[in-house]
Amino acid sequence: MTNKYDAIIIGAGHNGLTNGAYLAKAGLNVLVLEKNAYIGGATVSRELYTDWKYSNCSYVCSLLRPEIIRDLELPRHGLQVVPYGGGVTFKENGDYFGNHADHERLLREVARHSKRDASAYERYEADVMKQTRLIRPFLMRTPPDPTSLKPRDLKELAVLAKSFGSMGEEGLADTMRFWTMSIGDFLDEYFESDVIKSHLAGSGIIGTALGVYSPGTAYVLLHHYMGDVDGSVGAWGFARGGMGSVADALSKSFQSFGGTIQCDAEVDQIIVKNGKAKGVALANGNELYADIVVSNLDPKRTFLKIMDEGDLPKDVVTKAKNFKIRGSSGKLNIALDGLPTFTGLPKDSPLCLGEKHFIDSLPRMERAYDDWKAGTWSKDPYVDMLIPTQIDPTMAPPGKHMMSVFVQYAPPKVNGEDWTAEDKAGFEKTVIDQISNYSPDFKDLILHCETRTPKDIEDEVGLTEGNIFMGELTFDQLLFNRPFPGYAQYRGPVKGMYMCSSGSHPGGGVMAAPGANAAREILMDLKLTNTVPGGYDDD
Amino acid sequence: MIPHDETMILETPFYSRCLAASEINLWEDWKGYRSPQAYTSVEQEYFAVRSNTGVFDISPMIKYRFTGPDAEAYLNRLVTRDISKLAVDRVAYTVWCDDNGQVMDDGTIFHLGENDYRLCAYARCLDWLMWSAEGFDVTIVDETADIAALAVQGPTSCSVFKNMGFTGIENLKPFGITRYPFEGSEVMISRTGFTGDLGYEIWVDPALAEIFWDKLFEAGKLWGIRAIGSAALDMLRTETGFLQAGVDFIPAEEAIRTGRSRSPFELGLGWLVSFDKPVFNGRKALLKEKKEGSRYAFVYLDVEGNKPAEHAFIYAGDKEVGTVTTAAWCPTAKTNVAFAQVDAKYGKVGQELVAEIYYERELKWTRVMAKCTVIEGAVFNPPRKRQTPAPDF
Ligand SMILES: Cc1cc2nc3c(=O)[nH]c(=O)nc-3n(C[C@H](O)[C@H](O)[C@H](O)COP(=O)(O)OP(=O)(O)OC[C@H]3O[C@@H](n4cnc5c(N)ncnc54)[C@H](O)[C@@H]3O)c2cc1C
Repeated sequence: MTNKYDAIIIGAGHNGLTNGAYLAKAGLNVLVLEKNAYIGGATVSRELYTDWKYSNCSYVCSLLRPEIIRDLELPRHGLQVVPYGGGVTFKENGDYFGNHADHERLLREVARHSKRDASAYERYEADVMKQTRLIRPFLMRTPPDPTSLKPRDLKELAVLAKSFGSMGEEGLADTMRFWTMSIGDFLDEYFESDVIKSHLAGSGIIGTALGVYSPGTAYVLLHHYMGDVDGSVGAWGFARGGMGSVADALSKSFQSFGGTIQCDAEVDQIIVKNGKAKGVALANGNELYADIVVSNLDPKRTFLKIMDEGDLPKDVVTKAKNFKIRGSSGKLNIALDGLPTFTGLPKDSPLCLGEKHFIDSLPRMERAYDDWKAGTWSKDPYVDMLIPTQIDPTMAPPGKHMMSVFVQYAPPKVNGEDWTAEDKAGFEKTVIDQISNYSPDFKDLILHCETRTPKDIEDEVGLTEGNIFMGELTFDQLLFNRPFPGYAQYRGPVKGMYMCSSGSHPGGGVMAAPGANAAREILMDLKLTNTVPGGYDDD
Repeated sequence: MIPHDETMILETPFYSRCLAASEINLWEDWKGYRSPQAYTSVEQEYFAVRSNTGVFDISPMIKYRFTGPDAEAYLNRLVTRDISKLAVDRVAYTVWCDDNGQVMDDGTIFHLGENDYRLCAYARCLDWLMWSAEGFDVTIVDETADIAALAVQGPTSCSVFKNMGFTGIENLKPFGITRYPFEGSEVMISRTGFTGDLGYEIWVDPALAEIFWDKLFEAGKLWGIRAIGSAALDMLRTETGFLQAGVDFIPAEEAIRTGRSRSPFELGLGWLVSFDKPVFNGRKALLKEKKEGSRYAFVYLDVEGNKPAEHAFIYAGDKEVGTVTTAAWCPTAKTNVAFAQVDAKYGKVGQELVAEIYYERELKWTRVMAKCTVIEGAVFNPPRKRQTPAPDF
């Protein structure tokens, strides 16, 4: 077996695989190294209980770029994304808000809680859509360096300026506010009903160590609205077979171009010689060589764990240390003996197909954040709960179900100490109790539960602090600031070393854009023909 | 707790009668209500309105009620037209704009009594109405579901009503409102409609909806009354030049792309803007536009040939200057008409333009470049629409 490649990618997360696929497609001999025995990183489906498959981390799909799905022939390699609709936020008083898939039906449900909000809802939708239209064209582009005078940066800056300019004066002012304000303040400008606000606010805090009233959370909402399923912007779907099928399809595509994946191969160190990346040293002592080394790890792990400080400019070390990547989320994956019922909701309601939440006001959500700040998991958390087996028959035996429960907030350490088994059990109980309050038969249906604290996510997936997006999605860490100013174009500080993870533009989520964008830059540096597609046009 | 509501699509108070009248079971969703697209045949329903009486269920239309000492002042601030001139028992068509002078919607205001008004709108706008109400002593209620309403339109409609016992209805002037006792309650009748013909709209307690329908159809038997669906209504409104929100313009709040909304001037509705009023929403921007000129003009086109110019591009010479928003062959006026948005300078009456029309016959597509002329207005505009007393037919 050779130990010399054209390019080595560290990490078989979906971005590493995407990056590898495009490099291999361009004719390079590419090796992807994965520390775990399985690929996918946070895009994984595992069978931890016989006959049940969990989407252990990420669980729903919308951000994955359609250009990449098509270009890498992911459908042919087994990927199918099935959209779902609906959704419920349960109220403490026994009522609920149903987020119906049918627009008129939804507006009538909004009107049930507030007639005024029903007409505000259309304004809200239009305003959010204005913002998504602004950001979407930049997902498949490398951010310009605003301080550079290179023709390419100037050209890209002009594209950015034109796009912002097209919003008009008023639109621009709205945009500046939107990018910096809190989701709570934003929603308060539209709605009066608590339950509607809390239903919508979830998207502003998922994966984020900020509260509904913290500045910057309005943008986080956008991050959840800017994807699409078959052109339906803001729609979400299930990857059939769980999110692991995204990684599986990517790996097959990668292999079809001749790429190699090696699991159980933890990288200890990126080898740098004379200011150039030369390869990697594995934890098992082996060394593998390539002039191109790409990191699929988050910026902190990349620069502070697998690189030698002596090989790096000081500013990069400082910036990596200061990078905000706070763990704030946990997850429960549950095997169920049957479909649970929810108080007040007919079992066959189409609302059941979508996500469920059990927190009905912004103040309650803010209190959930207060717990996190105080160093513990939320005692009354925001959960994003789905039962994909209602739509996807491949994840549990017929009549049985799989439940995915995303939990906001959970701290990386409990009161400054590492999570204990007791803490973990307490966290699990909090979440299960909250759901049980609205579903009397839920507890009895539980066959198995995988509980993942931020610490578990960090240990297993290698996301520092368990931060799901590989770094907070605040403006100081977005676009040309991601991961740090001066390093947003996927090139590392060492020649031949690149970054392709969610820690780079356009950020976290199962999007594959960082991986693809990084490949475009690498191929450009190698003076090879670009294999990465451009973005689709929304108009 | 507000009671749960499990119905997926609403039924209007006339639904049982609409269902019984529906031969082809063709429905659509109108603001969450199950609403007939057609009952039997679109052509027959269209001609019912032009030669007899057609009945269209307008209950789903969004309706707001304004009462309180500032109701008039408030509405006058809200809309572009001068409402202080609207007498009691009169109706006015109007538009309302955002602060940039862009049309949010069009609709009709009913002056029901002193400081008592109803607004019928295309889109829900309670949120905008409430924002605009800051500082006014006015109560605003969404009464959409509280009133059953029918449009009763066509040359024999007055005769039908007379036969129904509404004596003197012929003396009701266009845009007038009157009331008759009905089943121990009352029915309100306005001489309004969306068909450009002689016609009325009736407003009644939902509890009396079915009995009203039954009596109406009983009384109309000899005058060829029939229920009509939205497809026929669309032909009727096109022939008579009425704009449709969401089709001929995008309500300003729903516009996502910059520059896609339109001002009243750009929709040919400048006559609805009353600068005599010291303030109203959008006044400043509209004054500026009036001074500096509009970006677009809304035009009625007489299109050569018989191919409807649906979705056609409009050219002036080689230059693309606009697009068609509504187009149809008009069966009564025997004209091929289109509504188009064009660059302002091509909007003058008499301007010659060209429509690029694509049409299909048995899977074969053909392109024609049809000459068209900007015309004054509606191609169908019969005297009976305006005559008082309304004629018998
Ligand atoms: C609980 C959770 C829920 C989420 N939910 C969603 C969702 O529903 N929808 C969505 O779009 N996004 C979701 N996300 C976010 C999304 O999953 C991630 O942002 C995305 O998967 C990250 O992909 P990546 O390729 O950049 O990195 P990763 O998937 O983290 O890949 C990094 C890879 O590197 C490997 N690795 C680490 N260290 C080493 C080493 N030293 N040597 C070799 N290999 C190493 C890791 O094992 C991993 O496989 C969720 C994330 C989490 C954690």
